[in-house]
This record gives sequence, structure tokens and C-alpha cells, in this order.
Amino acid sequence: MHGFMPAVSFQSVSKTYSTPKGPFHALSGVSLDIEEGEFFGLLGPNGAGKTTLISILAGLARATQGRVLVQGCDVHADYANARRKLGVVPQELVFDPFFNVREALRFQSGYFGVRHNDDWIDELLSSLGLADKANANMRQLSGGMKRRVLVAQALVHKPPIIVLDEPTAGVDVELRQTLWHFIARLNKEGHTVLLTTHYLEEAEALCGRIAMLKNGRVVALDRTSELLKAASGNVLVFKTDSTLPPALAAQARVTGRVVQLAAHDAQDIEHHLAALREAGVDVQDVEIRRADLEDVFLSVMASATGGQTA
Amino acid sequence: MTGWQMLFYKEVLRFWKVSFQTVAAPVLTAVLYLLIFGHVLEDHVKVYDSISYTAFLVPGLVMMSVLQNAFANSSSSLIQSKIMGSLVFQLLTPLSHWAWFLAYVGSSTVRGLVVGLGVFVVTLAFAVPQFAAPLWIFVFALLGAALLATLGVIAGLWADKFDQLAAFQNFIIVPMTFLSGVFYSIASLPPFWQAVSHLNPFFYMIDGFRYGFFGQSDASPWLSLGIVGTAWLVVSLLAVHLLRTGYKIRS
Repeated sequence: MHGFMPAVSFQSVSKTYSTPKGPFHALSGVSLDIEEGEFFGLLGPNGAGKTTLISILAGLARATQGRVLVQGCDVHADYANARRKLGVVPQELVFDPFFNVREALRFQSGYFGVRHNDDWIDELLSSLGLADKANANMRQLSGGMKRRVLVAQALVHKPPIIVLDEPTAGVDVELRQTLWHFIARLNKEGHTVLLTTHYLEEAEALCGRIAMLKNGRVVALDRTSELLKAASGNVLVFKTDSTLPPALAAQARVTGRVVQLAAHDAQDIEHHLAALREAGVDVQDVEIRRADLEDVFLSVMASATGGQTA
Repeated sequence: MTGWQMLFYKEVLRFWKVSFQTVAAPVLTAVLYLLIFGHVLEDHVKVYDSISYTAFLVPGLVMMSVLQNAFANSSSSLIQSKIMGSLVFQLLTPLSHWAWFLAYVGSSTVRGLVVGLGVFVVTLAFAVPQFAAPLWIFVFALLGAALLATLGVIAGLWADKFDQLAAFQNFIIVPMTFLSGVFYSIASLPPFWQAVSHLNPFFYMIDGFRYGFFGQSDASPWLSLGIVGTAWLVVSLLAVHLLRTGYKIRS
């Protein structure tokens, strides 16, 4: 498919933390390559190891075993070159209260050895809707504004690879739009993007390829379109106040009054509706929709054998 | 500007932006010591012939301020950014452990020297200074500030909470400075306490620094230079090692 060096290569990466209860395996032999120019999604429930994997990539943590290469540079042995290629947006909303936005961005440029960076800083500020906040102290910014500054800080040195660790957690719709518009533009311009998120509709819309993690192992890795194809074709959705018959309850996804049932074809749908009628379940707002990434995610997580091996 | 220079500049700006608290306050504290101890003891304590007690006290207070502020700067900067989480911005960069070391030790040395200079300038109103050997003054101020700045890096990396850092400061740094001969000459102590004082590296910093002003000291300035210089090397090796291995800052 390609003859070039991958943008990021995780090679049998394991991370074990020692805890009072014994060793905890946060990652167990994770291997995957992210190609140049990809928009790659890393999904998984809380505690699956997404942030640990990104921390090892960024040099915030060290792999117990295995190695990580960034455009061929080992993140440990050749950390300076590896980090120059990475722009990491941390998950936590952190900031230095002593400085204003422009100062924070100038410092960050300087740490990477980039001089006279004000033109690029101004461009970042205006692309992220921060131009009027350049001289505001970090403490005075709202959460959403602080999040934008984090993105700008990650990009001061024009890194070829952008890593976003749950960048839209707790962020309003407008900022999400601004952010994705901007990141999609950078991806189109050739930047590789690695994204972790809990919002599966975002991952489905943006990511060309997706890896799913569970208990520190890769349990799915494919093009987003292939993952969607592999899922049951349709989902029967309806609302009800009644109790489902046990046979249906076992395979249903229930959110409040909303029930979702996977259905491969028309016969399946027919079958589900017959079972509901027989049980005398009163259903409203019946609809049939195509399976989405959330359905894929849930079925992968349910069937995956990525159990914790202590 | 290279990476370490930017980090150094950021660290200097950090304390300078709150200089009322980081420079003016410690100068005021030192001057209060001078006023009170000088007033009470002026006619009762004679350390060196022909030198008034207040004049004797000035170099000790200047050095004490240099040391305490150099320590406070690196240790509080590190623990604040660890607890706030903003240390991540530095951790993500290609800055080497040497860059971190130079920037934190350099900026904290600057803070110590700025406060020391401030204290000295204010004391000019109370005592006429002598400069018997100015080069020694400079050498010991610089080396003492660097030693405490380096200790501050170690303490700032080690401490997980502010109260652990406060304990380090209150139970190690402050007693060692107060018992090093800031307010008295070691020669005035009983033999046992004289011997104990000679085991305190802080004594050599203050004694050597004072030699630069009066040309008199309890120990030879060369001996003091050797001991303080060795102490700084040992502490620096430890600090660089901790930074290289990411002690408590990279998991």
C-alpha cells in the first residue's frame, strides 16, 4: 500500500504500573502503525489505555517493553527529534497562571528552538478565534478558550504530527465546530492526526482509520468504512414504557425509554416486531437506521476477549 | 534564543512578575532582623575588633537572604507547575535535562542575588560597608545561591505536596542557615558546638562570604571554597540525575 516510513509506529508496547495491589497492565503488546497524512482514531472505554499510549508517544511516560517511533525517531533514545515532530494537546485543561496567551505561545516556541514566531502565532490565534485574547491572562479565559490555547501551544512549532487526547471533552458545540474545521484543514494540508475521543460520531465523521483498545489491547483495527460494513446492517429503534420479553432484553441496548435492536435484514426486523407484539409491548416512534460506529464499538467491546491478565 | 535560554527567561519573568512578594518581602524581613538584632545586641556583642555588631550582621543577613530565596524559587516553581499540571508544556518539548538544570538553577540564582543585593542596598543606611576582598564576596554569593537553587530543584521534584516542601524548608534549610553563624561568630561557641558547626556546609558559605567584606573569618576562605564547591558538585550530580530519569515528573 505504501513504501514509506510510518508517521507513528507502536511496536509491541507494554506498560505495567506497580500498585499496592500488585502489577497493573495498562498496555499489553500494542502494535500499530499510523501512516503519513492519516486521520487516525484511537477509541476505547475509560481505562482502556488510550492516554497511557499517547503519554508514551509524547515522552510523558516510558514503555515497560516495546518501542515507539515517530517518523523513524525512537521516542526514548532520540527524544528531542521525536518531540519536534509531535504537537500534543493534553487531555487536562492545564495552564500557567503567571502569563498571558501570547507569552505562553512565545515560551512554547522558544522551548522548541523556534525564534521570531509571531507571524505564525498570530495566524494560530486568528484561526482558533483567539485574536482578541492574545494579551489576556490565562486565568481570565473560559474553559473553551483555554482549550483553544492548548491547541495553539501544540502547534507553535508546526509539527507534522498532531496528537489530540479527547480535545472536545466538555466543550460546547461552537468550539467543536471551530476546532474540527481547523484540524481537518491541517490534515488536508498534509498533517497526520491522531485523535482519541469518546464522541463516536466525531470519530466516524473524521477518522479514516480506527483502532479500538480494551484493557490495554488492540481489539479492532481497520478503515472506518470497513468497520461499519462489518457491523450488522441496521438497527431497529423504538420507544416503550413496557418491559421487554427476556429474549429481546438480552440483545437490546436500552437508554431510558429508547430501545435499540441490531437487525441484519428485513426478516430480522420482522422477527423482532413479532416478538414485541406477542409479548404485548406497546411501542412508539419506530424507526430503522443504518448501524453507526457506536453500534460497532459496542459489539466489538462486548465480544472482545481483551480481558485483564494480571 | 535557544531552548534553555527561553526556559530561563520564563522562570526569571515568573518571579519578577510577582516581585513584591518574591523580592520586596524578603528584603523587608532581612531589614527587620537587622533593626531588631542590631538594636538589642549592638552594645553587648563584639565579634571582631573594630567592627560594630550591626556591620558584622550585614553580610550574614545578605547571605541568608540569598540562600533562602534561591531555594524558594526553584522549589516553589517546580511544585506549583507540578500541581497545576502546567509542567506538561515543558515535558512535551525537546528540552534536555541539562537545559532544565541550567534554566532552573540559573533563574533561582538570579533571584537569590537580586534579593541579596536589595538587602545589601537597604543596609547601607545602617552600616558603612568594607570590601576587603570583593572577589570572594562575589564567588561565595554565586556559589551559595547556585547550591541552594540546586537543592531547591531536588526538593521541588521530590515533594508531592506543598506541606512536604514547607517541611523541607522549615526543618532543614532554615535551621541550617540560622545555625551557620549568621548572627554570631562560631568562635564564640563552646568547643562542642564549634565542632558541630564545622559540619554544616552553610557555615562555610556565610563565613567565606563574610571574609570578602572584613578579611577575617573563622575558617580559611580556600577551605570554605573547597567545601562549598564540592557540596554544589555533589548536589548538582544528583539533580541532573533526577532530571535525566524524569524522577516524579515522567511515569
